[in-house]
Parts: sequence; structure tokens; C-alpha cells
Amino acid sequence: MIAKLIVKNIFRARLRSLLTLIGLVIAVLAFGLLRTVVDAWYAGSDMASANRLITRNAISLTFTLPTYYRERVRAIDGVTQVSLSSWFGGIYQDPKNFFPQFAVTLPTHFNLYPEFLMPPEQMDAMLKDRTGCLIGRTLADNYGWKIGDKIPLQGTIYPGTWEFTVRGIFDGKDDGTVTRQMYFHWDYLNERVKQGFPRAADRVGVFVVGIREGDRAAELSAAIDAEFKNSLAETLTETEKAFQLSFVAQTETIVAAIRLVSFVVIIIILAVVANTMAMTVRERVAEYATLKALGFAPGFVVALIFGESLTLTLLGGALGMVLSFPVIATFKSFVGSIFPVFRLSEATLWWQFGAVVVVGLLAAVLPAIRSARIRIVDGLRHVA
Amino acid sequence: MNLPLHYIARNLWTRRLTTALTAGGMALVVFVFAAVLMLDAGLRRTLVGTGSEDNAILLRQGVQTEIQSGVSRDQAALIESQPTVARNAKAEPMVSKEIVVLIGAPKKGDNKPQNVVVRGLGEVGIALRPQVKLIEGRWFAPGASEIVVGKGVHAGFEGMDVGGSTRFAGRDWRIVGVFDGGASAFDSEAWGDVEQLGQAFRRIGYSSVIARLAERSDFARLKASVESDVRLKLDVKVEPLFYEEQSKALSQFLSILGIALSLIFSLGAVIGAAITMYAAVSNRIGEIGTLRALGFRRAAILWAFLLESVLLALLGGVAGLAAASFLQLFTVSTMNFTSFSQLSFGFHLTPGIATQAMVFAAVMGVVGGFLPSLRAARMEIVDALRAG
Amino acid sequence: MSDTPRSDAAVAGDAALSPPPIVRIRNLSKHYVRGDQAVPVLTDITLDIPEGDFLALMGPSGSGKSTLLNLIAGIDKPSGGELTVGGLNIAQLSEAELADWRAANIGFIFQFYNLMPVLTAFENVELPLMLTDLSRSDRRERVELALSLVGLADRMKHYPNELSGGQQQRVAIARAIITDPTLIVADEPTGDLDKKSAADVLALLQQLNREMGKTIIMVTHDPGAVRAARHVTHLEKGELLGTEVVSGE
Repeated sequence: MIAKLIVKNIFRARLRSLLTLIGLVIAVLAFGLLRTVVDAWYAGSDMASANRLITRNAISLTFTLPTYYRERVRAIDGVTQVSLSSWFGGIYQDPKNFFPQFAVTLPTHFNLYPEFLMPPEQMDAMLKDRTGCLIGRTLADNYGWKIGDKIPLQGTIYPGTWEFTVRGIFDGKDDGTVTRQMYFHWDYLNERVKQGFPRAADRVGVFVVGIREGDRAAELSAAIDAEFKNSLAETLTETEKAFQLSFVAQTETIVAAIRLVSFVVIIIILAVVANTMAMTVRERVAEYATLKALGFAPGFVVALIFGESLTLTLLGGALGMVLSFPVIATFKSFVGSIFPVFRLSEATLWWQFGAVVVVGLLAAVLPAIRSARIRIVDGLRHVA
Repeated sequence: MNLPLHYIARNLWTRRLTTALTAGGMALVVFVFAAVLMLDAGLRRTLVGTGSEDNAILLRQGVQTEIQSGVSRDQAALIESQPTVARNAKAEPMVSKEIVVLIGAPKKGDNKPQNVVVRGLGEVGIALRPQVKLIEGRWFAPGASEIVVGKGVHAGFEGMDVGGSTRFAGRDWRIVGVFDGGASAFDSEAWGDVEQLGQAFRRIGYSSVIARLAERSDFARLKASVESDVRLKLDVKVEPLFYEEQSKALSQFLSILGIALSLIFSLGAVIGAAITMYAAVSNRIGEIGTLRALGFRRAAILWAFLLESVLLALLGGVAGLAAASFLQLFTVSTMNFTSFSQLSFGFHLTPGIATQAMVFAAVMGVVGGFLPSLRAARMEIVDALRAG
Repeated sequence: MSDTPRSDAAVAGDAALSPPPIVRIRNLSKHYVRGDQAVPVLTDITLDIPEGDFLALMGPSGSGKSTLLNLIAGIDKPSGGELTVGGLNIAQLSEAELADWRAANIGFIFQFYNLMPVLTAFENVELPLMLTDLSRSDRRERVELALSLVGLADRMKHYPNELSGGQQQRVAIARAIITDPTLIVADEPTGDLDKKSAADVLALLQQLNREMGKTIIMVTHDPGAVRAARHVTHLEKGELLGTEVVSGE
């Protein structure tokens, strides 16, 4: 009975219900999209493993470490393997075509990252080619690169023109794995640096340190940093996650702003739905008074209003959530080059659901209070 | 339009709750819209204030930032000997050879390390930036491990007070002063003696060289001379252009984000306005019939409702803009994508932004009110009188 | 006075001697289209209304009396026949011309007053003057005059919901005369009023007719209201039954 009344009432002001629904769908979509952007921002840190530490120069990332530190790190008990990793920062054709390139120790680096999946024969081919490179699936798809293709890069940190041959394409273990980067031999980088700028040779950006037990991360980080205390280049070691988060932290203001703004859209839609409910109640004062006169408890009218508001928002929310999938997929094709991982998470869907429930409830509060205050006599007089 | 304005305004006042909710939605959209534009304007103002048309900056060929750049001592000497470079009273060339590095320092609030630019320079370097004024303490002494921090660093980072010290590159650096960069990017830097910083960081050469031009018009000659010298593999730019390029990526990001958000959000607000105006029309069908009978034309009815919608939107616009103007009290610090360092800048409200925000609000009002107003205008008098 | 009903021809015959009628209706018809069916509302109406008349249109509901009034007032369009008001064939006017014509020539009085709830009594009366190019001070003078004529000079700043039904209808009458129209049309002007207020409103209309020579056409089914008029015309099922002089005239 009450459900029937609710549905019938929604269809009475068809245009208004339709407009409110459209507004809800847009808001739920925008909210989901913004939360996905925020998630994407943290994507790198989400894939970080607890079994990997990053050791860098204590001053800042722009300072390098001498490569001979590698042996001393490896000697520390609990460390399994150590890969060198230097940010290359090359430009492919135009600065707009940005993607990360790292010079790393192979195959150690891939042993440290079991989430990169690649046929062993491709790794063999890579180890045989000094100027070879490995690229992630996303990157390969973006530029249509295949095995054997040559990728010319203009160096910025390491001047000159560099050309790499694609020897392998790796996939991510799941869609949370970033595969929009390129790896090549650190030794090749160092060789060329030696020729051009001997003073800058044998220096590396960071060490990626594999440890046996993830729960010893704090202890081992301290041990590594103690090893180089008071040396020319003091180190700072942290878990990979903390390292990635320190990047995100640099742009935290922007992330915070996006997060804040994602709630603004919910407040906007709250205003719209509350307005719809307020108008509905105002128009139906006489009806509600009649219902009360017929003997229905005041709670019945309140339930009607909450029911109608929630039905409306849940309907809009469901539509918005369903539409989020194609919209975010479309969006991904545009921003894929900025955000390596861009997907609708389960948490976001829950947030969307929660938001529409809250909006549905809040929007009904004032109108419900108003309806409860209607006195039968006044309400009936409202008919004229 | 011949219906009196108070007829429109009072109708908005009569249904206050609905008006407030609808205008509130619009206000939020305008707030976001204005806030992003103000942020972008603040960023531009900061970077425009950083460079001077009188200065040329020289960096290694192909690099975008001072951090990546390297200029050898020989190259720096060759620049000092350029005839287009200005000289001071003591006939010394007005050329500043600088070292620029990034250090991680704990940010106030969460103690997370963020990148701060440390710039090594000398007396000439300070003289080349007349907008920079010391506001506390003194300048660093040549040959001492001392630094002076910008206002933004002083306020935004832990332990950056005069009398304190901070440790990097294996040394403790005493903080001896705070300077005001005149709302420029220098506010987000720390300055020290170039030779001391060079030793600490084991740098033989410099990062960048800044030269005061004898005449602004000399830039082309300097550029030609630098480019033709095979020993100088350097790019030369006037400072304002360089700093504009520094902020391009961030500025673009801000405007795209802001405009995309505003557009999506405005859809919600426009729908809110449409709902409100449709209700306004159906509640006043009788009035519409009466007005038409009295001799008001369809166009007058259309205008009256459209104006009501626009007025509603402008109400929201004013509220949103007023709220946004308070943002000018805040400073934002975020990473500049290009230079990888923290840059603090404020929200800056310009008359242009205020106009754009109000026009944006008015457009939302027109779009949201158009169909309802059309419905009002298309009613037949007899039907409207009967329904009312 | 005689109660003899007079035929349409007799009215027309009188008109030949006296000045031409202000409203001249010949074979007027009106039908509405419901679905694919034409529903006749008025059929073959012929009627002359002389200047200075106070005519009551009576008939049961659905007789078409309000439709006839709407046609004369130019807010509805006839389906056939001739309709001249003040010498002008209003059926031929465009919609915009008709709007301007109404503003200048017709004063409206409605059953439910139809005042703008957000405007004061003064502003409601002033409303039709917004369509003229009178100056602000001229408008003020006229509105004050009209309101004192209906006895509401002390209620100018009041909003409709602060006035009684009778007072609201008097404001509406002030609004109807403010442009000095050729014709005043009133649709059940006493329909929503108590006896006392109805009598006041009718006395006011009579005063407008007798003292200021206003031509008034009034739709009503209240016999008390008819007594205020000079003539009464009866309608039934869309046809004119005839016009008679109101007794006591």
C-alpha cells in the first residue's frame, strides 16, 4: 500500500521526478569519477609491496648515491637482492608524450617485481641486447609498439639521443599493476655517462631493496641508514609504499581539493533533491491532511515522504552507478597517459551508494517536519 | 519587458526555502568555478612576479628547470664577458651564478618531507631581484653555513625560524633571516652562499646563470651571441618567459580540472533551477492568465520568468563569489609539476574573474529557466485562467 | 416598468436610431476540439450591446456565457461569425495586437479577484499602467484616484492576503478601470463574496455605470447581481434566449 502510493506519487510530477533523477545520475557519476581520480593518484602506492624498500639520498631525490653502496646493502642480513634504479626522464618526440623510463639492474629488478608477467624467452632476448628495453602492456598499447620496434628518446637529465629496441612486453598481474613504464639496462646508461660526464658515472638514483620478511621493514631500513651515517651521501630508506606516498604527498593539496570538491557535488544534489521534496510536500498539504483526517498516523505521512525521497535517490543512484562503468572506461581512454591505473573500485561504488542514501534521508528531513506540523483543519483549507 | 522587477523579486522571496536551496546549489558551482580561476590567477601572478624583463636566464640546452641544468665555470665566465650584460657602479658584470638544489624538509602539520628549493647565490643575485626584501634577521654572510628562508618556507615548514638550524648535505645550516619575495616564487625558496652550498653539495659548476641586460632590447643580441658560440651549449630566455613555462603544466592542469568540474556541476545546478522554475510556473498559472488578459504579451511573460531564473542564479552567483573571495586569506602550497618543488601561492580575485563568475551564473539561470519560461509563455489565456 | 421581453430585432432596431452599439455580434459561433470531435459551445449568436449599457449574462453552467464574455474581451478566438468591439473587428487582430488592444480597451474583473499575491494593492492597480508610457508620477496620481474611488485609499500598502474578499474585489475593480477602458468585463464578480461585500461590489459597479458611463458586461448566476444591471441576456446550451430590461430600471 505505502510502496504503491510512493511509486504513484513519483510518477505524478513526472517532469520534476525525471529532472531530479537526471541531476542525481550526473551527481553520482561526477562523484564516482572524482573518487576514481583520487584513487588513481594513489595507484602507485597501492601496488607497493611490503617486501621492497627504497633507499635514496637523504637530501632529496634529485641527489644520487654511489653504486658501491649496493654491495654494502646486500651484505645486511635479511636483504635478499638489490636493484639499481635511475630515473631517465627522456622525451619521446614531444614533452607531451610523457611516460616514465627507468634504468635498472636486470634481471634482478624483475625478480623483485613478481607482479610483472613476461615470457622467459623475452627476458633472455633482453639480457642479450645491451640497448634493449622492456615496456609495459599499457605503454605498448598506447603507442602501438611491438617487439623489435625502436624507440628513440631525447635525454634531458642524460643529454643526447638514445635509441632502445623493444625486447619484451610485460603484463600486470592484475589491473592494479602499473604497466605504463619502460625499463632498460642500467649498465648501458652508466657506460654512456662514463664517456660524456665521467664525474656523474657510477651514481644511481635509488636502490630497490628486497627483504625476506616484510615485518622487518622498519628494522632493516634503520640498519641500512645506519650503515651510511656520516658518510658523504647519507641515505634515507623507507618502504616502497611510504616512498610512493611521499610523491603523492607533494601534490596532496590538489588531492585534498578534489576530495573536497567531490563532496560539493553531493551537497549540490542534496539541495536539488531537498528542493524537489519541499515542493512536493507543499503541493500535497491538502492530501496529507486528508490522510490524517482519515485516521492515518502522522508517521504514515512521514514514511511516505522519506519513502519517496529514498526511492528517488536510490533509483538515480543505481542508474548513476551502472553508468559509471562505461563513463569511467571512456574517461580512461582520455587520461590514460596521465593516470596509469584508472578504474572504478568497489569502495567507490559503496561511497556512491552511501551518498545517495544520505542525500535521500537528509532531503526528506525538513519536508517531513513540515508535514508533521500540518494541522488537519489548515491542511484541508489549503484545497481552495 | 514591462513587468515590474519587484514582482519578480518578491516571488523569489515568497518561496524562500526553494529559492535558498536552488541558489545554494548555484552558489556552490560558482564557488568552485571562481576558486579554480582565482587559484590559476594566483599562480600566474606569483610566477609573473618572479621574473623580470631585464633579466636573462641561461640553462643547459634542452632542460626545462634549473634543477636539471648545469653550467660550467668556464661557460659562466664567458657570459660575464658579454658586452650586452649590464655592469654595476664598480664596473663588475651584473651576472649571478647560482646553484639550485632540492632538499626534503618536514612540512608543518604532518611532518611529511616535501621538496624545497635551495638557491645558492651572491650579492649580485640578491641585487637582481629587487622585489625580494628582508623582513627578519639579516642576509647570510659570505663563507658561512647560513641560509635565509622565504616567507612561504618560514610559514610552511617545520623548524624554519630565525635562530634555528636545519641539516642537509652533511652540514648544519643556521637560519639567520626571513625574506619576503613580494608574492613571487622566491617565497618558496631558501637562499644561501653559492660557494658554501657548492662545497657542501660537491658541485664544481653552477646550475644556472642570470644576467641583467644592459638594455631590454639587447636580449636578441645576447641570444644570438650565445647561440653562435660553440663553447656555450646553453639556452637563453628572458625570465618572465622562463617562469611562465615553469607554471604551464600546473596552470593547465588547474584550468582543465576547474572547467571540467564546473561544467559537470553546473548541469546539476541547472537542473535544480529548471525544477524550481517549472514549479514556479505551475503554481502561478492563474497569474499568468491574468497578466495575459490584462494585456501583457507572451514575450513579457517569457521575460518575467527568465529574469526570475536569472535573478535566482545571480543570487547564487553573488553568494558563491562572496564565499570564494574569503579564499584570498588562504595560501596553497603544492608541487609544481615542472620544477618538482613546492610552490606556495594564493587565491587572487580579479574583476575579470568576478565578471566571468557572474556571467557563468547568469548563463546557468538562462539555461535552467528557458524551458519553464517557454511553457509559461505558450499557455492559452483561457486555459490558464481556468486552471488557476 | 414593463417586463416585456424584447426581441433581438427590436434591440437592433433601437440601435438604428441611437449611436452604433459598442459590441456588435453577428452569427458568432465557437467550438472546441476534443480529440477528433468538435464540441459546440456557442452557436449563431447575434447581439448588440449599446454604449453605456450594464448587461448581465445569465445561464446555467455550461451554457457558454463565460465563453461569450471571453470572446468579447478578446482572450479567446471565435470559430465563426463577426465580432466588432468599438468598431474594430477584433477577430482579425494578431495575438500581439490583441494584447495591446485589451490593455487599452478592456477592464477585467474575475470571480477570485486574480490579484498578484506578491504585489501590494497599489502595485496591483498600477500593473496595467506598466503597459502605457505614463510617467511614474502620473501613474501614482491615477492609482491613488482609482483606489479612493473604490474606498481603499487607506489600504494601498496592503498585500492581497491582508485584505478581505470584498476589499480584494474592490482592488480588482480599481485595476479594471485604471486605464479608462471602453468596456469592463466581469466574470461572476460576486461569486466568492458574502452578501454584504457582494452588495458593496455591485453598488460600485452600478456607480461606475451610472455616474461614469462605463459599459459593463457581467456574467453571473446570482439573481441579486442581475438586479444591479440594466439589461439581462439569457443563454442556454450555447444559444441566446433573449434580452430583457431589468425591472426597477
